[in-house]
Amino acid sequence: MSGKLLEVKNLKQYFPIKTGLFETTPLKAVDDVSFSIEKGETLGLVGESGCGKTTVGRSLLHLYRPTGGEIYYDGKPVNAKNIESYRKDMQMVFQDPYSSLNPRMTVGDIIGEPLDIHRLYSNKQERKEKIEYLLDLVGLSSEHATRYAHEFSGGQRQRIGIARALAVDPKFIVCDEPVSALDVSIQAQIINTFEDLQIKLGIAYLFIAHDLLIVQHMSRRIAVMYLGKLVELANADELCEHPVHPYSVSLMSAVPVPDPKMARSRRRIVLEGDVPSPLRMPSGCAFRTRCRYATEKCAEATPPLTDRGGEHFVACWNA
Amino acid sequence: MKDTLLNVKDLQTAFFTDSGVVRAVNGVSFNLEKGKVLGIVGESGSGKSVTAYSILRILVDPGKVVGGEVFFKGEDVLKYSKREIRSLRGEKISIIFQDPMTSLNPVYTVGNQLMETIMLHTDRNRSEARQRAIEMLTLVGVNDPEKRVKQYPHELSGGMRQRVMIAMALACEPDILIADEPTTALDVTIQAQILELMQELQKKLGMAIIIITHDLGVIADMCDEIIVMYAGRICERGTSDEIFYNPKHEYTKGLLRSIPKLGMGHIRLKPIGGSPVDLLNMPKGCAFASRCDRAMKICLTNQPDEIAIGPEHMAACWMNVKAVYDEAADSGNKQGGDDK
Repeated sequence: MSGKLLEVKNLKQYFPIKTGLFETTPLKAVDDVSFSIEKGETLGLVGESGCGKTTVGRSLLHLYRPTGGEIYYDGKPVNAKNIESYRKDMQMVFQDPYSSLNPRMTVGDIIGEPLDIHRLYSNKQERKEKIEYLLDLVGLSSEHATRYAHEFSGGQRQRIGIARALAVDPKFIVCDEPVSALDVSIQAQIINTFEDLQIKLGIAYLFIAHDLLIVQHMSRRIAVMYLGKLVELANADELCEHPVHPYSVSLMSAVPVPDPKMARSRRRIVLEGDVPSPLRMPSGCAFRTRCRYATEKCAEATPPLTDRGGEHFVACWNA
Repeated sequence: MKDTLLNVKDLQTAFFTDSGVVRAVNGVSFNLEKGKVLGIVGESGSGKSVTAYSILRILVDPGKVVGGEVFFKGEDVLKYSKREIRSLRGEKISIIFQDPMTSLNPVYTVGNQLMETIMLHTDRNRSEARQRAIEMLTLVGVNDPEKRVKQYPHELSGGMRQRVMIAMALACEPDILIADEPTTALDVTIQAQILELMQELQKKLGMAIIIITHDLGVIADMCDEIIVMYAGRICERGTSDEIFYNPKHEYTKGLLRSIPKLGMGHIRLKPIGGSPVDLLNMPKGCAFASRCDRAMKICLTNQPDEIAIGPEHMAACWMNVKAVYDEAADSGNKQGGDDK
């Protein structure tokens, strides 16, 4: 029996974009992405804006209808027909704690709504107790239940968002940039909350963020995305210390480290130019236009994601 | 030989809102020397941007400088007439803003906006200004500058727009460049490009830079000196090494403990408890006392002064006043662990 909770095979998510009067071009936001997440594990997903990391998270939960590919939860296929029944097991915490909470609902009702939908209580008293338990779980107090979202700070709102996700007792949560809207001193509080909940409840996370230091801290394994494709997937420490793909290498070197001596001693590998438009993808390897090692082969064929030993997957012809 | 460019003394800025007076900057003093890079770090609402805006006098209503002095090369900027301050902005001190998407005018071409700055501050004519604009774009690494001057901001990527902003800020060779969260809106690899560019230009042109950010990584990377702000005050100031390796204010220590570090494995983070202070209801003593787990009695009643730790290091924390700390330790109201 494998410990795989979620398996994604060749996930594709294309969005039709009008490029002319009668013409549409598919924008390949996610193109042929495969990975799996084990029970109670955190998989980090990093990449720059527009690389498709958020789309992966949303497609997993069928918030978009995937263009292609298969998603298996606990070995069983998840599709548009049966997704409703899986929503109880798979939840999401959103990036912006300001726009993801309904300003006209009390905190109790925000957290209680998933309980209502899935009918997870037998009477009002039980509903109230559950809400209080959830508030306590994320470090808020029961008297907060009658208040409205605008009365809370950013960090507290993010806790409300987490409590809502936890209401249905999920096994897997997609965390989409859950701390990037928060102040540095508050980020650590929320990160610790996520970690405590994982230990306590055995939840698996897909942790999406652009802050590599935080992702490395949170994750057991990290996947790096570039223009809709996975370019590298490895153990978190392995990836941070010995990145293989040229994109991961420059990404790691570009992270500003909060350590002046280290900052002075190391050299940034600065990438030339910008990310190409996903509507005009380069042929072959998407990274070749900014890659120092690009050869003719890179323009001809897309490199597959292959295991370089020890579950370290890299998609590059030259590395 | 110190060559002080900017000398800020006891700067106080307040916002007169309907719900009360918000003292966003509350007695900030610092010096900036020629060719140095100064970092101002703090959380949102700590007053770091307002400090910069006060120096340039670009505060929006209901914000007002209510006290203090800002000397630029010995002259008090706050006493400048409107005409004088206009010739200071952009020419001697310029600023780049966080969001390159909203700080460029969408209905004028990039060249137009660059030329406007140049023609306003120098006696170059149109074609000379155009030439200078192209020169500046080349300097900041914008490819194909002849074509770019004819383009509108929406045709450029975020990184390119920030380069245009930098080109505009540097067009008149200012003595001081203020960069207000210059890379927060950008991706990591683009951030690296912009930081690299700023370092390069700083060496080439010898200007002083003030970088305002909440990102301790960017600060460590770029700055000679660092100011840590909390609730409108400076809580610690020192060289970059002093702040990172020998922090003496509990807030600075807390900040450094709460960020993950590369290669540190999965050591649990130590967050700072509580939430940032409400600037409308500032506590009487140290603003950080309510979140500080080593707060003593005196912290709740008296605002600590800036206490010298070394020649270029100071912290406004009672923990550094030996007499106070010892007394607290004796009377047993010291809550946290002891110093190492």
